[in-house]
Amino acid sequence: MLARAMSRNAEPSSTSPHAIEFRDVHFAIRGHTLVRGLSLAVRRGETLVLLGRSGSGKTTTLKLINRLLEPSAGEVSVEGRPAAAWDPIRLRRHIGYVIQEVGLFPHFTVERNIGLVPSIEGWPRAQVRERVQELLRLVGLDPGLAGRYPAELSGGQRQRVGVARALGADPPILLMDEPFGALDPLTRAELQREFRDLQSRIGKTVVFVTHDLGEALFLGSRVGLFEDGRLGGTYTPQEFLESTEPSCVAYRSAFRAVAIQS
Amino acid sequence: MGLIHYFASHHAEILELTLEHLWLVGVSMLLAVLAGVPTGILVARRPRLEKPVLAGANIVETIPSLALFGLLLPVPWLGARADRLAILALALYALLPIIRNTYAGIAGVDPAVIEAARGMGLTNSQLLLQVQLPLALSVILAGVRVATVISIGVATIAAAIGAGGLGEFIFRGLAMVNNNLILAGAIPAALLALAADLAFGIAERLLRPKTSAHG
Repeated sequence: MLARAMSRNAEPSSTSPHAIEFRDVHFAIRGHTLVRGLSLAVRRGETLVLLGRSGSGKTTTLKLINRLLEPSAGEVSVEGRPAAAWDPIRLRRHIGYVIQEVGLFPHFTVERNIGLVPSIEGWPRAQVRERVQELLRLVGLDPGLAGRYPAELSGGQRQRVGVARALGADPPILLMDEPFGALDPLTRAELQREFRDLQSRIGKTVVFVTHDLGEALFLGSRVGLFEDGRLGGTYTPQEFLESTEPSCVAYRSAFRAVAIQS
Repeated sequence: MGLIHYFASHHAEILELTLEHLWLVGVSMLLAVLAGVPTGILVARRPRLEKPVLAGANIVETIPSLALFGLLLPVPWLGARADRLAILALALYALLPIIRNTYAGIAGVDPAVIEAARGMGLTNSQLLLQVQLPLALSVILAGVRVATVISIGVATIAAAIGAGGLGEFIFRGLAMVNNNLILAGAIPAALLALAADLAFGIAERLLRPKTSAHG
């Protein structure tokens, strides 16, 4: 039943092979260029991880997809259609969005948080309730938590609710901005494992931002390396590990140094 | 003649002027909320308006109340009836705390909550009605509470321009050097202010959005 429900909207709504495409996209604000000449295609069902330091343009890139930001030049397409041609509200309901701070509505119960978009979309109440239960189980939470408020949850539970909320109306695309960055290492590892598991079952198109190489290699089917507003290249985890590109090498050695120290 | 005796023998007039006082304050607060809350929301949407709007409301606040009543007197339709004039002046005084608190309440909502809400595809009005206003409500109410309490005090001065209210007793008592008369205006006004403060305090608690199943 789960699989059927999850695939409800999963079939491609257009013939484009790419879920998301950037064509020579620039983004500048107040004289600072944050993204330069970005061209990138995200395939349907893949998990593309954007890896890079803080301020390298990863988050900006993510926000250009759901039009929280508009490109200064170039074009972003979603489902084969220019993002600018989408109604921004429809576009965003088509795309789940998870951020590090989670941003759960503190005055809503877990159930209302997760069920908000389906309710706004006019789903019947019983169906919303059923969907909330299904999503809670999907993200590994006790459906009994539905009546709790966010302040009554642990950090890991809150982030799970954040993921469930993003999946609320079953969007085919999921944007995740360092979703596990604020969690303690054990909870983070737990959520990373669970998310990889989840993703292998639901097969969404995921764009995932992180500065953690371990996380990038563990979750990504491809890793895009960002540096100073530019995309340096995209690699499968295997390619990344074998690459002699200076930036890949730098990342690997920094990662190894931390691993050895600890 | 004792104070209690005085109150007992004039209770009908005290009641009448108390109701008149409540009418002045009630109508002016209603107008102030109707104008102030949307203005506060607008300022929260357009931060560029913050300085000019708050400065304007601040300036009104600095005009001595007696002078403001006097200044509005020659205004055509308004000056024709003292109570209209008093209501407008009181509403103007109440604007600052209401605008400021509405703005502060909305601006104080966690930016992550706003980003998540926008990212989920909430429209501006859904964001306002479902998220910003409920989360700002207790701060807005705190502004209305302050404005009301101040207004009950300032409204006593409205009697100077013939708008009625409990100030009648006070001005009459001052002219006649009669403490009982002054107190017949001052005590009910003070009690009204306390009652309003208490009532808003309770409303604030009741309307504060629930954030826990046990609280």
